Amino acid sequence: MIQCKTSKEIGGMGHSMKRKEDDRFVHGKGNYVDDVKLPGMLYMDIVRSPYAYAKIKNIDSSEALKIPGVLAVVTGKDLEQYNLHWMPTLMSDTQMVLPVDTVMYQSQEVAAIIATEKYIARDAREAVRVEYEVMKPVVNPFKANDEDAPVLRTDKEDQKDNHIWHWEVGQKEETEKIFNDAEVVVKEQMHIPRIHVSSIETCGCVADYDKVDNHLTMYMTTQAPHAIRTVIALVAGHVGLTEEKVRVISPDIGGGFGGKVPVYPGYVIAIAASFLIGKPVKWIEDRSENLQADSFARDYHITAEMAGTKDGKILATRMKVLADHGYTDASANPSKFPTGMFSIGTGSYDYSHAFMEADAVYTNKPPGGVAYRCSFRVTEAVHAIERITDRYALEIGKDPAELRFQNFIKKDQFPYQSPTGWEYDSGDYEAGLKLALKTVEYDKLREKQAQMRKEGKLMGIGLSTFTEIVGAGPSKDFDILGIKMFDSAEIRVHPTGKAIARFGTKSQGQGHETTYAQIIAEELGIPAKDIQIEEGDTDTAPYGLGTYASRSTPTAGAAAAIAARKLRDKARKLAAHLLEVSEDDLEWEPGKFSVKGAPEKSKTIQELVFAAYTNHPQGMEAGFEATHYYDPPNLTFPSGAYICVVEIDPETFEIDVKRFVAIDDAGNIINPMVAQGQVHGGLTQGIAPAMYEELIYDDDGNILNGTLMDYLVPTAVESPNWETGHTVTPSPHHPIGAKGIGESPTVGAPPAIANAIVDALKPYGITHLDIPITPAKIFEALKEKGVLDKPIVG
Amino acid sequence: MEKEITLKINGEEYTQKVEPRTLLIHFIRENASLTGSHIGCDTSSCGACTILIDGKSAKSCTILAIQAQGKEITTVEGLATTEGVHPIQEGFKENHGLHCGFCTPGMMLRAVELLEKNPDPTEEEIRWGISGNLCRCTGYNNIVKAIKYAGAKIRGAELPSTEPVFVE
Ligand code: FES
Ligand code: FES
Repeated sequence: MIQCKTSKEIGGMGHSMKRKEDDRFVHGKGNYVDDVKLPGMLYMDIVRSPYAYAKIKNIDSSEALKIPGVLAVVTGKDLEQYNLHWMPTLMSDTQMVLPVDTVMYQSQEVAAIIATEKYIARDAREAVRVEYEVMKPVVNPFKANDEDAPVLRTDKEDQKDNHIWHWEVGQKEETEKIFNDAEVVVKEQMHIPRIHVSSIETCGCVADYDKVDNHLTMYMTTQAPHAIRTVIALVAGHVGLTEEKVRVISPDIGGGFGGKVPVYPGYVIAIAASFLIGKPVKWIEDRSENLQADSFARDYHITAEMAGTKDGKILATRMKVLADHGYTDASANPSKFPTGMFSIGTGSYDYSHAFMEADAVYTNKPPGGVAYRCSFRVTEAVHAIERITDRYALEIGKDPAELRFQNFIKKDQFPYQSPTGWEYDSGDYEAGLKLALKTVEYDKLREKQAQMRKEGKLMGIGLSTFTEIVGAGPSKDFDILGIKMFDSAEIRVHPTGKAIARFGTKSQGQGHETTYAQIIAEELGIPAKDIQIEEGDTDTAPYGLGTYASRSTPTAGAAAAIAARKLRDKARKLAAHLLEVSEDDLEWEPGKFSVKGAPEKSKTIQELVFAAYTNHPQGMEAGFEATHYYDPPNLTFPSGAYICVVEIDPETFEIDVKRFVAIDDAGNIINPMVAQGQVHGGLTQGIAPAMYEELIYDDDGNILNGTLMDYLVPTAVESPNWETGHTVTPSPHHPIGAKGIGESPTVGAPPAIANAIVDALKPYGITHLDIPITPAKIFEALKEKGVLDKPIVG
Repeated sequence: MEKEITLKINGEEYTQKVEPRTLLIHFIRENASLTGSHIGCDTSSCGACTILIDGKSAKSCTILAIQAQGKEITTVEGLATTEGVHPIQEGFKENHGLHCGFCTPGMMLRAVELLEKNPDPTEEEIRWGISGNLCRCTGYNNIVKAIKYAGAKIRGAELPSTEPVFVE
């Protein structure tokens, strides 16, 4: 049970308050970017490459330009004149805005049409004739550095092959020694598939350049409006768009999940077009364009190894990654972390040595490396450690739950130094797993499984006990393009005691308008319903790095608490003044100060705020406002214990998720209803790559499932009824003890599902299957083992 | 090429000149300026554009505007009346049936038709019933709960609790 310190009326932390933002959404009054309509607005559409790798011989726009209403066809050569044909990526690589001579992946932008109407722009798109000279692409990352592979990035002088970078962490020699001497070593090769966030709203913008004022207003689907403003100023400052001349507005966003962090070429072309024509330009991509060209997530090939004793003590792990980045490294990671937080992959277990390394390569695929509802590559790491841990348990014949209990970092070991250099803030892994086991009645379930196996039925139980790393991050190590990853809150309380608070983050459905208000209500005692929350307008909100990697509560949420505490300190001074006592004689309870020992002498927060405008003491600054920029001292480390139960049809190999129990520990919870909603959603985005989603390319670099017809986003039918709960281990360094929740389930669910399926197939000698695990994959694996010669059910 | 058509949306008539190829969703969003119905795909897969035509749910990205002449169209903007919100709107808000809200209008209109046919559906019936509508945010648990709640409200039955339930 979650204890609340405030009344329901105040609605501070722990209350399942209904969301304040919902009224506008259920009335169809949300304001998404495609709803923005400006006078004289033009529409942009984009011609895309049918080939993965080709030289552009010629672009003939003459027929397109004959269509009434077509104003311009913009090509790379046009942008080259302004030096706007290339742009930097977040990882200090470079990306084409529009190509001048070569296309690097199928569906890459080749030219842009500007027209008076959407339908006209689409007609013109079909009328542009592009002549290509097709080349043999590099598709398989394992072959990217073969002798005969073409060097893709000929634009980069020093680039002599397709290797991008090498990264490593841990104790190489010591780890190797442990592996050489270990009683048991297990190893699996795994692929964490290339997937796509596919938020139901695609990406888009309205670029509105005002020639007279030399001012750009950019309405766009971005999770990080302030950072985008800075990037625009850095890229286009030389043509006069300096930072005070740029306003980025991120309206309501229809889901982000990391896909709305990067700057896509479409945004830049729209700005350029509006700048040149002097009219607003709208660009909204189609779903297929979104799937085929916008940033992918994952695509890590991992060799994972674990060394241990025969009786189940983990001694060391080793991981080697090949990262397929497409034609440029456009990952959304903090600058110093090319593999993001992959080094969290030592997991929830206590052992002293690990070594991890990664190499990244260029291929003829779209660039990316965004999150898909996870903190910077944590999902890849968690999948590897949770799968290899199960593999180890299988090898030594130990129950996977027992093995986990044996190796968990214990509650009293926190703060815990991991072998890859992190300091885990807090955790109680045993409590989480115990609750999960109790919920599914684990022992009985294993008995049932034994019985079912005798009957030839395929039933599996899978565990995942993971640790996440979120809330980036401390300025010492964390920046994006040099900007430190703090975040901010500004609170203004009006004379009548109602407030507005603004933030550097940006909700994409997480419910900030409610949860931030609850944090302020908790600290200040002003009812959450009286606090209006605003984000997403760079002209009004304080600077911040935005919402992704579960960082909003850990950073901006902390900023809100501290700014509110500054105001409470001011309220105390005002109370002392009004009640004519010393500050030390005052007692705070949510919503009012009263005199110790004389509770009838008190002032409510509303009275105190009013005094700040009407009767403040001499020498005190008038008004009731505070701002805080929060630089976290450490990251936060949420954890979870998940159990999945599956049954597999022995004839069709259809996988039925019978039960899924998720116990999360995200520290203190602001709004249990919202937190649970986040877990539900994250779990469905966990089952997605585990069983359904993967972007598939053929040998010529053609995407085989680039529409929602064949890229399988789970519906309500595939998504099981999630059973969720929590343990509460507050973060010791966070002002409100919260850790962040939005992504844990996406991180923790896939290995639980994969482990359950592999467990179901254990009697047939299967030790690993790559996600997404489909009936076809199971069929192939069983066929290979020779067990399909006779039916599984006798 | 353009043709004048009149569409009746939420009881109001909109007369506009449009190209015959204009999709109904574009008419609704651009010509009638009712932006509550959304576009989430180009393959009739997502259901974000779902509306009611003569009470039947339809994906308005897959119909031409001219085909909808003479029919009663209902969009999310037409759900609430002077008496207050529609039970389905209340259900979604009270049960946290939405996060980003992008799928919500389509999801609600689809649910309105389901509940019209059967105001007391099972979980299974609800899940299959909304399987033409994608939601990327919520994981569907609370959408199912929202639709059940709305069904109870429509039936005049006792309303189920809207508190979140946790395993303990
Ligand atoms: S927009 Fe996706 S089904 Fe209509
Ligand atoms: S609430 Fe975001 S897509 Fe459903």
